[in-house]
Amino acid sequence: MITKKTVDHLGWLARIKLTEEEKEKFPDQLNSILDYFEKLDEVEADVSPTHHVLGLTNVFRDDVAGQSISQEDALGNAPRKERGYFKGPRII
Amino acid sequence: MNVDGIREMLQNGKSVEELVHSIFDKIEHSKLNAFVTLAKESALEEARRVDKHGAKGMLGGIPIGIKDSISTKGIQTTCCSKILEGYVPPYDAHVIERLKAEGAIIIGKTNMDEFAMGTSTETSRFGPARNPWDLSRVPGGSSGGSAAAVAGGEVPLALGSDTGGSVRCPASFCGVVGLKPTYGLVSRYGLIAYANSLEQIGPFAGNVKDVALLLDVISGYDSRDSTSMTKKCEYLKELKDDVSDVKIGVPKEFFGEGIDEKVEKAVWGGIKALEDMGASYTEISLPHTKYSLAVYYIIAMSEASSNLARFDGLRYGLRLGKDKDWHTTFSEIKAQGFGEEVKRRILLGTYALSAGYYGKYYLKALKVRTLIKRDFEFALKDTNVLITPTMPFPAFKIGEKIGEPLALYLADVNTVPINLAGVPSVSVPCGFAGKLPIGMQIIGRHFDEATILRTAYVFERNGGG
Amino acid sequence: MKEVIIGLEVHVQLNKLRSKLFCSCSTQYHDSEPDTHTCPVCLGLPGALPVTNGKAVDNAIKVALALNCNIEEWTMFYRKNYYYPDLVKGFQISQYDYPIATNGSISLDMEGGERIIRIKRVHMEEDPGKLVHVGTIDKSRYSLIDYNRSGMALLEVVTEPDLRTPKEARLFLNKLKNILEYLDVFDSSLEGSLRVDANISLAGGARAEIKNISSYKGVEKALLFEIVRQNNLVRRGVKVVQETRHFDEVRGITISLRTKEGEEDYRYFPEPDLVPITIADRVDDIKKTLPELPDAKRQRFVLQYGISDNHAKVLISELGLANFFETVATEVDANLSATWVADILKGELNYRDLDISAFSPNHMVQILQVLKKDTITENGAVQVIRTILDEGGTPSEIVKIKSKDLLKMDVDASENITLRVIEENPGAFQDFCKGKNEAMHFLMGQVMKETHGTVNRSTVIELLNKSKKEKLQNAPDNHREA
Ligand SMILES: [Zn+2]
Repeated sequence: MITKKTVDHLGWLARIKLTEEEKEKFPDQLNSILDYFEKLDEVEADVSPTHHVLGLTNVFRDDVAGQSISQEDALGNAPRKERGYFKGPRII
Repeated sequence: MNVDGIREMLQNGKSVEELVHSIFDKIEHSKLNAFVTLAKESALEEARRVDKHGAKGMLGGIPIGIKDSISTKGIQTTCCSKILEGYVPPYDAHVIERLKAEGAIIIGKTNMDEFAMGTSTETSRFGPARNPWDLSRVPGGSSGGSAAAVAGGEVPLALGSDTGGSVRCPASFCGVVGLKPTYGLVSRYGLIAYANSLEQIGPFAGNVKDVALLLDVISGYDSRDSTSMTKKCEYLKELKDDVSDVKIGVPKEFFGEGIDEKVEKAVWGGIKALEDMGASYTEISLPHTKYSLAVYYIIAMSEASSNLARFDGLRYGLRLGKDKDWHTTFSEIKAQGFGEEVKRRILLGTYALSAGYYGKYYLKALKVRTLIKRDFEFALKDTNVLITPTMPFPAFKIGEKIGEPLALYLADVNTVPINLAGVPSVSVPCGFAGKLPIGMQIIGRHFDEATILRTAYVFERNGGG
Repeated sequence: MKEVIIGLEVHVQLNKLRSKLFCSCSTQYHDSEPDTHTCPVCLGLPGALPVTNGKAVDNAIKVALALNCNIEEWTMFYRKNYYYPDLVKGFQISQYDYPIATNGSISLDMEGGERIIRIKRVHMEEDPGKLVHVGTIDKSRYSLIDYNRSGMALLEVVTEPDLRTPKEARLFLNKLKNILEYLDVFDSSLEGSLRVDANISLAGGARAEIKNISSYKGVEKALLFEIVRQNNLVRRGVKVVQETRHFDEVRGITISLRTKEGEEDYRYFPEPDLVPITIADRVDDIKKTLPELPDAKRQRFVLQYGISDNHAKVLISELGLANFFETVATEVDANLSATWVADILKGELNYRDLDISAFSPNHMVQILQVLKKDTITENGAVQVIRTILDEGGTPSEIVKIKSKDLLKMDVDASENITLRVIEENPGAFQDFCKGKNEAMHFLMGQVMKETHGTVNRSTVIELLNKSKKEKLQNAPDNHREA
């Protein structure tokens, strides 16, 4: 059961600041979807999980250094930058 | 507008530049809202280059629209989300490299549901795209812009991406052909991920031949995608007017509750028509189909909650006024940048992966996925294609279902099992409900795109749709 | 004082690889401008996909074998979901269930005997970028981020809480570093090559996790600080809370990084963009490539060369030093080589903060050869080593130029000086005759001072004893009185 408090915690984990209105609205919506998911409780699934439909294993790249992109391209989309660095918010 | 038609026009003296000009003119006057970003400068430059040096490659001089979830170097790519506002990738997706290598002309980026989370292209931050058959209706989603652009005659070809039906649904609603390839056939490198283990980039066109041609261009091994596979054949070459070896399975679960009567009738009409052309059919069962939607949404939302974490405004995308501490800064960017449906899916995905719930939701979903996949493997032993309605109903009105998330999810009932099994599937037009097109879904074995495309091709040539 | 319980999570960069863990960006970024060694993959650009560096997996298996771990049948990568500005994707590709190896150990040579530190698990993960705080972490108004490091292959070695003192923690890290360098997977001289999270608690109390300590000395300092801090809390009756702390290297203190909002939940799930790796079938081939490891080398040195265990221990502490010793020991007496390499040369190098590569083994052989022929004194040999290190040149050149100082003095000259010293210090000589050791040291010191160390100690002792005998014969009464 998702409560307003759960939604609050999920918002924190996902780093989405939810509005009061969203916190009121989401629990019911999410619960109705979770109720639908309850369907799966009726299946006995004593099988291994499918992570990949292809069942591939051991896909590797050789240890060869290739071309990186330029500093200009790397920072090209950065909203804030300084002296070749990305500029971020303070940590504490 | 199809590839042969354009080639003929060009052979008869029309320049590619004129063609591209006329396309931009049409798009700019269009009511479909199919394109969200136009690549005018680069498209015209490329057109002039082709005019000067001649059309080279499999798609020389052919215009194409690209879903806004596929990275295009130098062209804004936003997944129709505010959070990626202004993001211009410094690299091309694998499929874009392939298109450029074969001479295609990229017209622009097409409209979609925000981060491909939707069935109607209504959650785009650029506003809804519209269905060319009825402007008050949705084109389907999430690749609604690509389907509408092809159906509306704006471009002959387009690329979409299909996580749970996002190519086939809009193909069905807009009356065009759309294919979801076998998982691994087309490199996902450069496709902005919604649910990595489910999605593939897929082609749209007005006919099966053009879809096969476009698939030839974009498919095949790419070392940058660990799940990429080598293809076995060239698809266009495999199109023959013969379905005598085609054994159709008709899974009864896909004709169940909630399927519009006209849709059911049209699809059965298609199956009977194929029988008349030499195919055979049997009714079969895929017993775990009823769990598909739950499994699909749990997996997709879980993967999405992680995929969408990276949009924090540091390296690209939306950044708000003044930075605060990092936690608040990130939280406010995501609050402003994501739309409501995206937030809903991230929250649910976060929940499904969180301590204490992983086993109940995510892991359980992966296990039931195994059962669903086995259903398909079993059914496709004695048959080589399965045929179902693509969508349970024709295109609905804009705004009709958007208020009820769960009701909208249920529309994907026939498309999501295919992504869970990883098999290929193509939607072809098979009739109308009033003036709205209906799509028929032809599903195949892993990496057997050749047979489903051939089945669709024969159906299309011999009076289908 | 309560018992201290320490467990370490050591993050080691597999920095001998040419490319990063999941992309082909070069690992040689250390002398470069920020954000010049990145690509769509390690910048986490939308749509980019990881592909595993096969050699990184092989190197990880190598380490796991060297740490006596159980190698698992197969392994896979997971996503560890959390946020931090240095993390480009909002998750780190790491391992969770099915790590590459578990249940290993490292043995430490402590004063009280051998100590076995258990290794809980070894797993691979990608390195985040580097945060540069403008000022200190708690005062900085913004952060700057360099993603050159982002995506470097890391190996995380997690110990059981088996360490009991900060010193043990340091010795553990040295031993680990030693093994990694023998395996040729790790260069500890590169900045940021090793970072440690240390869990520390006092018996019965809550534990603090000190994150991201980036130097060997830092680990010991941070742990010492924590012990004092936690003991102070206990003494004042304040409960130690479980929390994450940051070590400020400059100020030598740890500070709380607690966030009020709630606890992280990493929501691990298998990375859907990567496929599982079967490792059991690779182990045999990798085993064949494993070099001799430090503990085995130490035993062999003692057995093969007959040198002391103490010398062997010093010699194996660096692979370069061990190889240097072996080269020298095949040419000249092994015990002499061990003494000169482990005690003298190593000391001179440490004093200058130099590495063994600064000295040629051939030069060492030449020096020991002339020393053995008695052409130069021990002190002269030390002078040659110092001159090579400080000014360059070869032993034969230096011996030629400085021959006056270095060549052994004739016995006559030595005798003259010794007798003079005895004459000038009658009191000390008398004490020496009475058997006082300090007096002998004093006289020896005087002789060495006069001769600038160019005489052999044994020659001087011989002369002193001769004089003593003469004196005793001349004055038997005095002796008896004594
Ligand atoms: Zn890179």
